[in-house]
Amino acid sequence: MTRHLHILFLLITLSFSYALKANSELQNPVHSDSAATHEELSVTDRVVEHIMNHVADANVNHLGTIKEEGKEDHHITIELPCILYRKATENQAGKWSFFMSSKFHHGHEAYEGYKLDEHTGRVVDANTGTRDTFYDLSITKNVFNMLLGFIILSIIFFTIKSAYVKRQGQAPKGIQAFFEPIIVFLIDDIAKPNLGDKYEKYLPYLLCVFFFILINNLLGLVPFLGSINSSGNISFTMVLATCSLLLINISGNKHYWQHIFAMPGVPKWALAILTPVEIMGVILKPAVLMLRLFGNITGGHITVLAVVGLIFIMGEYATKMSGATAGTLISFPILLFVNAIELFVAFLQAYIFTLLTGIFIGAAIEEHHH
Amino acid sequence: MLLGFDPMSLLTPDLGLVFWTTIIFLVFWLLVGKFAFKPIAKAIKDRDQNIADALTAAEKAKAEVQQMHSDNASLLKEAREESAKILKEAKELKDSIVAEAHHSAKEEAAKIVANAKIEIDAQKKAAMAEVKNEVSKLSLEIAQKVVGRELDSTKDQQNFITSLVDKLN
Repeated sequence: MTRHLHILFLLITLSFSYALKANSELQNPVHSDSAATHEELSVTDRVVEHIMNHVADANVNHLGTIKEEGKEDHHITIELPCILYRKATENQAGKWSFFMSSKFHHGHEAYEGYKLDEHTGRVVDANTGTRDTFYDLSITKNVFNMLLGFIILSIIFFTIKSAYVKRQGQAPKGIQAFFEPIIVFLIDDIAKPNLGDKYEKYLPYLLCVFFFILINNLLGLVPFLGSINSSGNISFTMVLATCSLLLINISGNKHYWQHIFAMPGVPKWALAILTPVEIMGVILKPAVLMLRLFGNITGGHITVLAVVGLIFIMGEYATKMSGATAGTLISFPILLFVNAIELFVAFLQAYIFTLLTGIFIGAAIEEHHH
Repeated sequence: MLLGFDPMSLLTPDLGLVFWTTIIFLVFWLLVGKFAFKPIAKAIKDRDQNIADALTAAEKAKAEVQQMHSDNASLLKEAREESAKILKEAKELKDSIVAEAHHSAKEEAAKIVANAKIEIDAQKKAAMAEVKNEVSKLSLEIAQKVVGRELDSTKDQQNFITSLVDKLN
């Protein structure tokens, strides 16, 4: 019972935080110079814009804005390092810039020829307003989220490792006991059935993929860290899918390649169709992994924010207060539900990505006996 | 509609993010995968093996104890049977010895009695013969004294008296 209450409390806290964050950002559109154009946007468009900017990457981790009558807006942000390389032109050699995003003063000032776009939170060229004159290798909010996840996972798993070394052969305890069932589940449910005797070779990769996706999914659900959509970014899923692609094809044995280029027992004319399909399959399998994770996590973020946005849309179209109240009453239960689903999806998608990677590697290293 | 975002940017991989994701994930894989997950997986496998071995050993020990137990029981049973057999044999031996003794004593006694009877009979016969002889002699003397000299032919008289005595029996 208490456990259920805890979970409920957690979800309520999460929902409130989302609502507060969206509130602070929507009520106070963070822009100055383009204010005129922005005012013309309807509240629905602003909600859409906010959502799309939220799920995309940004050079500053914007947590919220506090607005007071007669005072300048106070932005709550986690400032991030900018690492920029201006492309060489005829007049100018290429140039590296390293500075913190706080130099932009929330988009009010330009720095070293760069400025911060206030809608997207991305660094743009101060002159052209575009991003194609330089390379951006900054620690963006997604990179920040990944680094945070990396640090958390490293601490957790090195602690667990030392527990296993120290308490060799004994029953697990504490954090070790919390993670062991998950690890054992992955070993028994993904690694062993798909990879057979060679599972130990691929197990570290599978565990890494699972926990790396999981921690990014879960950190993406923490509003006071900015609910960063790192595992729902196409770049993130692309890198992981590429690693899986390389691992699958490097591990592939003679039979695997034989089945791709010359499926045994298939007439010659049919191979003309089958082989291109199989070759496409090599790329498509990881591409589907990439798109599935991207779609599920980004979709989850969009859903949560859309439900929060409902409050502001209804507030705009009815009289402000009553509409917002009705919107809150409607969206709050939905938000609780969607958040619970998202929590589940965080685990599910990490599991599915790992499972399919395991299955694909298993198919590539399987010894066929015809 | 002037929106501050490019919808296609959602589906466009970003160079910087790809770069950092690759570095972070590869470092994570090399560091945590190699130095944490590998030892953890090994420790779990070793422990599973240990537990399996311990269970097998326990099962074996249990079977051994069971075996010993049944061995003991059968040994005990055998010992009991042996002692019962020995006791039975001893009893039989005793009985047979007693019976033998009894039998031989009886036989001995019977023999002694028979011998005694024979002896008695012989003695009796001898005594009888002597008595008869004595009586016939005495009778003859008495008759000689009674009849006197008239009886000359002693020989005939003797025979006559002997026959008389024989008749007396």
